[in-house]
Amino acid sequence: MKAKSMRLALSTAILAIVLSAPGRAEDTAKADFAPQALQAKIAYCKTCHGVSGQGFHGSTPIPRLAGQQPQYLENQLRAFIERRRENKYMYNVAHVLSPAMQTALAKYFSSLNTKPVGGAPKELVSAGKKIYEEGFPDAQVPPCASCHGPEAKGDGEFPRLSGQLHDYVFNKLVNWSAERGQDPKNPDTSAIMQPIAHNLTKSQISAVAAYLNYLE
Amino acid sequence: MKAPMIKFVRSKIAVLALVASTIPSLAGGLETDRFRNCTWCHGESAQGYEPAPRLAGQRPRYIENQLLSFRAHTRDNPFSKQYMWGAAANVSPMMAHNLAIYFSTLSPKAADDGDKQQAATGRALYEDGNPDANTVACAVCHGPNAQGTRDIPRLGGLSYHYLKRKLEQWGKGYHAGAKPPMPQIASKLSPNQIEALASYLSFVK
Repeated sequence: MKAKSMRLALSTAILAIVLSAPGRAEDTAKADFAPQALQAKIAYCKTCHGVSGQGFHGSTPIPRLAGQQPQYLENQLRAFIERRRENKYMYNVAHVLSPAMQTALAKYFSSLNTKPVGGAPKELVSAGKKIYEEGFPDAQVPPCASCHGPEAKGDGEFPRLSGQLHDYVFNKLVNWSAERGQDPKNPDTSAIMQPIAHNLTKSQISAVAAYLNYLE
Repeated sequence: MKAPMIKFVRSKIAVLALVASTIPSLAGGLETDRFRNCTWCHGESAQGYEPAPRLAGQRPRYIENQLLSFRAHTRDNPFSKQYMWGAAANVSPMMAHNLAIYFSTLSPKAADDGDKQQAATGRALYEDGNPDANTVACAVCHGPNAQGTRDIPRLGGLSYHYLKRKLEQWGKGYHAGAKPPMPQIASKLSPNQIEALASYLSFVK
């Protein structure tokens, strides 16, 4: 019962946020670049995100982009540009991209189907799966699966989490309020995740991250 | 002034390479003997000489990997071939591990030998890259203060000459088997960009 009412509250919150999001006028933007320019930009992204978009460990974990939801990728690129999401490097990278280029890059990376790199502690996987599928109703943590999908493939602006680098997931959830939703005048879907990330302990986050890390 | 010094260092390096490759019994010798062999070229406190990079404060996993890649001949630039292939020939994986940990614990000093005029340009490239030209920011992997992490080397304070030579060599196809993305990134840098980066990094504490 409790879980059900929480899910309802959550979907109401999501609806409210989605409805309040500004319209996306650039959706129909035409290609304003040569095919070679797209290829060069893809190679540039892969320098840091891995040759198959599988993610890479730089001085901090650089996320997997392969198979990511295109709408999520586009929204994040705009979030970096609009400073809703705080990341110095990605601001630099993203602010020179035309809307059409953003769309083309999102489409390309969403089409990749790369095996997860793995590396997370395997002993945490089963605990992580349980959290992912059931959440903690008493701690106001809904099942992750309710938004990110039973196989963690994501949907629209809700990101795919399967195969993501575990230390990336950990860093994001631990620092959620410092990195996401940074423009109070322009709230975005990241607000949904804020209380959930806050209510998870670090060891619970590690477990969920380990589960997702191996999920294809 | 500089040339005789280099000659002197080179002759010492040659001796080291010879010693290390012809006396396998050293492999079982005292740890201190090993450190001394390295410090002949890399300096008493491992701060490096012109041909031999500073090892002090370097990431241990990087040092270990490089020793193994000298042994496997995959790091194949001229100085590596000339000196380090011989020097590393009898270094066992365990010895490589121990040497790496030892040198990583020594405190590094910045070489400060770059061109000050170019440091600002180098810093901008290091920190921001050039998104219009699809050049990535070095800081993404090597860290905001060029301190490195895991097997990604510390670059801050290495000598201008070493950095310049190494960056140029990526573009000439040396060490091509190194893990991506370094060969791909560096082979696209212009000579001016290399000068600026090497200058900036030589001053980083």
